[in-house]
Amino acid sequence: MSVRRLAAEQPEGFAFTPENLDWAQAVIKKYPEGRQASAVISLLWRAQEQNGGWVSEPALRYVADMLDMAYIRVYEIVTFYTMFNLQPVGRYYVQVCGTTPCMLNGAEDIKDACRKHIGPKDTVSEDGLFSWTEVECLGACVNAPMVQINKYYYEDLTPESLGSIVERLRKGEDVPPGPQDGRQGCAPKSGPNTLTDPAIYGSDDSGPEPGYAGTSDPKSKMPGPY
Amino acid sequence: MPKIIIDDIEYDVPDGITLIQACELAGVEIPRFCFHERLSIAGNCRMCLVEVVGMPKPVASCAMSVNDLRPGRDGTLPTINTKSETTRRAQEGTLEFLLVNHPLDCPICDQGGECDLQDQAMAYGFDEGRFKDNKRAVEDKYLGPLIKTSMTRCIHCTRCVRFMTEVAGVQELGAIGRGEDMEITTYLERGLHSNLSANVVDLCPVGALTSKPYAFQARPWELTKTQSIDVMDAVGSSIRVDSRGKEVMRILPRINDAVNEEWLSDKARYIWDGLRTQRLDRPYVRKDGKLTPCGWDDAFAAIADRMKTSAGAKFGAIAGDLAAAEEMFALKELAERLGSPNIDCRQAGAKFNPALGRATYVFNTSIAGIEDADALLLVGCDPQIEAPVLNARIRKRWKQLEGHFPVGVIGADVDLTYPYVKLGAGPETLAEVASGKNDFAKILKDAKKPMVVLGQAAFARPDGYEILAVGARIVTERGAIDEGWNGFNVLHTAAARVAGLDLGFVPGEKGFDTGRMIKAAGTGELDVLYLLGADEIDIPELGDAFVIYQGSHGDKGAHRADVILPGAAYTEKDGTYVNTEGRAQMTARAIFPPGEAREDWTILRDLAKALGKPLGFETLRELRAKMYAAAPQLARLDTLEPADAGPIVELARHTIAPGDSPFGLSIADYYLSNPIARASAIMASLSAMHADEEKATGTDG
Repeated sequence: MSVRRLAAEQPEGFAFTPENLDWAQAVIKKYPEGRQASAVISLLWRAQEQNGGWVSEPALRYVADMLDMAYIRVYEIVTFYTMFNLQPVGRYYVQVCGTTPCMLNGAEDIKDACRKHIGPKDTVSEDGLFSWTEVECLGACVNAPMVQINKYYYEDLTPESLGSIVERLRKGEDVPPGPQDGRQGCAPKSGPNTLTDPAIYGSDDSGPEPGYAGTSDPKSKMPGPY
Repeated sequence: MPKIIIDDIEYDVPDGITLIQACELAGVEIPRFCFHERLSIAGNCRMCLVEVVGMPKPVASCAMSVNDLRPGRDGTLPTINTKSETTRRAQEGTLEFLLVNHPLDCPICDQGGECDLQDQAMAYGFDEGRFKDNKRAVEDKYLGPLIKTSMTRCIHCTRCVRFMTEVAGVQELGAIGRGEDMEITTYLERGLHSNLSANVVDLCPVGALTSKPYAFQARPWELTKTQSIDVMDAVGSSIRVDSRGKEVMRILPRINDAVNEEWLSDKARYIWDGLRTQRLDRPYVRKDGKLTPCGWDDAFAAIADRMKTSAGAKFGAIAGDLAAAEEMFALKELAERLGSPNIDCRQAGAKFNPALGRATYVFNTSIAGIEDADALLLVGCDPQIEAPVLNARIRKRWKQLEGHFPVGVIGADVDLTYPYVKLGAGPETLAEVASGKNDFAKILKDAKKPMVVLGQAAFARPDGYEILAVGARIVTERGAIDEGWNGFNVLHTAAARVAGLDLGFVPGEKGFDTGRMIKAAGTGELDVLYLLGADEIDIPELGDAFVIYQGSHGDKGAHRADVILPGAAYTEKDGTYVNTEGRAQMTARAIFPPGEAREDWTILRDLAKALGKPLGFETLRELRAKMYAAAPQLARLDTLEPADAGPIVELARHTIAPGDSPFGLSIADYYLSNPIARASAIMASLSAMHADEEKATGTDG
């Protein structure tokens, strides 16, 4: 982590969309009278999402005014939490995990691949589509190395598979999240070795099979824009 | 009363205090950086670690209550070891970590010689550094014209942040980032907007926040320290004047729990550069329309010359805002001997009448008494400007009551740093409160110890006396006068005022008050006008009158004067001042007046001799003996006696309704309100900063 400052170039203003405003007011109501400031992180996060992945200075003031907080107090919060980006990010914001398990499994190579396919760290690519940064452990060590692109995890990466993800996203294709080497969730790489008896699943034949875990519609997990 | 053992000795300590305070009571020094008695507990510097027997690790003594300690398994009392190996190693370790990122620039650091880190590194530190890597560097921040920053030196104690937020009540300072990259700053580096901001310089335990105007001026050990009293407002804060040779180098607050705790307003702290410039250092006489330097005898002779052809009753005297009691007394005596009833110390024209009794013109509740109040009505005053330290005390009370401290304001819109209800703008609202029609009247009535504070903006107007009476009626009818409680308060803005009223420096029978004197001077009814440091009057209206100006600074009054008698500023004389509470205090001479300027009372003594009307005293002791006989309360220095509340009840019977024009603000420009301030470049820069911002934002302060 390094010294964090607000971006040099800032947009004119910021205001929540009507939907977000309704949502924000509902969040604020969760807290007792006089404790609206408790909603600051939720609101900043929503502002960041609306603003394309970063918190601008007008957005900061907007949230502060909404919660009746001093600007310096909100400024303290956005600089404290690294999940708030103070500089603009790409439409696809790649967060590369660089903590020990990922590092031992080739996170350095993943970073090199990012440099190759996206550009230098913390800079938005020329087409405005990508930027990448290194983050601390994202808690998916069993699928190391991994990255988070916008809201979704892409796991079991190699420099090649990451390059392919980036290029496919650049072309506007859908890239399903999850392990990229055909592994099922965080099951062993060689395939499931327990609960493999189909009999235990009864008449339901939806037993374990390779592929992505979770929802049946992979498109629903596409990394959409912020 | 928990019992604890500190370094093998058993102590009974009060409930609820922290270990660090218990150790202090026991006379054991615990090093600390972030802990400060008047601020909330942060517990982040770790310097106060001590060993508590039974605890697995050393504990931060500032953040642990004595009530939270448990006895040992064998029933021994909780035991704290402040000199043990564990404690010592903890202290050494903490200091080593603090010094990891602290630059070794003591030789060029203004804090050198009075630096907590320097002292504690000597006393508790490891004898050598083991850190071989690069040190962190931090960008300096802009915090306005008073505070210089060297943020690389910051050890993140957050005292400044807590002070600004809690005491000054301005949420402007904060700590951004975290860990090693934590930085203290304001939002986008705007200067601090508080009249108490420079107290963070005193609070900073290292050289991160230092005084900008004082930068590289002196080392603490070169300075002569004189304990004195501030006169920039009527609070009378205790100060220490640090001087070197013939210059005041800086002014710092002294701890005085009854008055200023340990805070000081920025104006009082940074007025010192005004003491050096625009000084009157020799007498002047106007010859052929031009002020020409002369000797004292010539000046006195010129006055005697003019007085010869004038009747005594055509003499008038006005005392300014910074005059000490001694010279006002001498001037009053002189006017009496000349046979003139025309004297007035109420330069702004406030309608106080000392004949009514002392309780009608002082802050009866006392400043410390604010901490007992449970409701407050402010009338025509802005304590945040007129008495910043007193305002901090009101805010402290508001915090103590966790916001359940109703504050009502009648007058102009002000920013008080705590919430208030604006009841109205003028006397009619005041009358509503008095008659019980206003909702706030009920709040005052229900409160056990309500306070009403009336400011100068309410009195310095033609119907001031009537307003005073309405104020008295509120106090008597809302139950603010009770045994041991007097809620009638007058907030003065001038340090000289209460002493002047105590001395009866007001017009005698058929005498003219300030306004009449100025008019009379214009029309020729008055021949001679004596201005004792009075500059804030309508000088151009004085017409052809012969004006004698006695004062320290070449300001408006001196420009108009026919004779200038150079006097001493408050740092150059032993003068008695009475603060707004009625507390007599004495300044002390830190340096000598410049050039031929003299202590003011000696000027009047010698002038009286030159006029052939000697005042009957030769020494300051003789003067004081006479003065104390006239006003015995001036003799009781540093004590406060409750004034008899009877006159307030008397005053409340006066029922003529005041006019209806709203209250304004009594101070147009806080930073330029007296001759010393107008001579100060620092005050000018502060005034400009605030004026610019008002223009930019269109809001007030």
